[in-house]
Amino acid sequence: MRELEQTGKTVEEATEKAILELGVNEDEVDIEILEEGSRGIFGLGAKQARVKVVVKSNPSAVAEKVLSDILTSMNLDVKIIDKKEENNIVRFCLSGDSLGILIGRHGRTLDSLQLLLNIIANKENKDKKERIRIVVDGEGYRERREQTLQGLAEKMARKAYETKKNIVLEPMLPYERRIIHTVLQDNPYVNTYSQGDEPVRRVVISPRK
Amino acid sequence: MKQLLEMLAKSLVDHPEAVEVSQVEGERSIILEVKVAPDDMGKVIGKQGRIAQALRTIVKAAAVKEGKKVMVEIIQ
Repeated sequence: MRELEQTGKTVEEATEKAILELGVNEDEVDIEILEEGSRGIFGLGAKQARVKVVVKSNPSAVAEKVLSDILTSMNLDVKIIDKKEENNIVRFCLSGDSLGILIGRHGRTLDSLQLLLNIIANKENKDKKERIRIVVDGEGYRERREQTLQGLAEKMARKAYETKKNIVLEPMLPYERRIIHTVLQDNPYVNTYSQGDEPVRRVVISPRK
Repeated sequence: MKQLLEMLAKSLVDHPEAVEVSQVEGERSIILEVKVAPDDMGKVIGKQGRIAQALRTIVKAAAVKEGKKVMVEIIQ
């Protein structure tokens, strides 16, 4: 975290000097007044104001920097084409010829990237309220994957019903299992539950008796 | 690849200056050894090895183009 102590005739002047020196905007810093300072009488006993200016960590900017560094060092032809911020969720959209490599099988590489970015971006953030969530997407991949899982859920539910046997799906991440459970929660023919421990926890689709 | 892993490890830990990555290159495989400060071990391994697994997945993706097998080992 970058910080700077600065003095001036008044608190405002000291703050302004510090901000200028750090090269940031006023809303990007926390200001701590160390000494108010006073004019004194006829220049006698005048005391300088002293402030400490701390640049607030900006998780979204950290995430963007790290993501672009990762893409560069991976030496893949993939670029960040869009960044959207909304309610503490930052969504990066990637695009490029090597996007497939970056997404990986069933999105495993994309999910790993997302996990690391979430940890790194929130590292300096001890305050839970200020935590942000990072989503990394590539050319609409997340939506396609969701549709694929929904289709799979319907198909396997039918199979469970027809064969009257439990169907155990592949291990999935929590958000993927949630998609399956949600699709089938009102299905009159099957129940769903999860079994096993992370990271090999699986959804089981079981016919209702 | 070494640079990628080094950068990721340094971003995750509290003591980036203690991060060392060494690369042993064979004909078909590369072994990358990551060394971090003892109290940073948890930061690069994570609960049930989630972070370590994520690091391996990303490094492997970076190695796809080179057609080599990469192994990432975390040592103290």
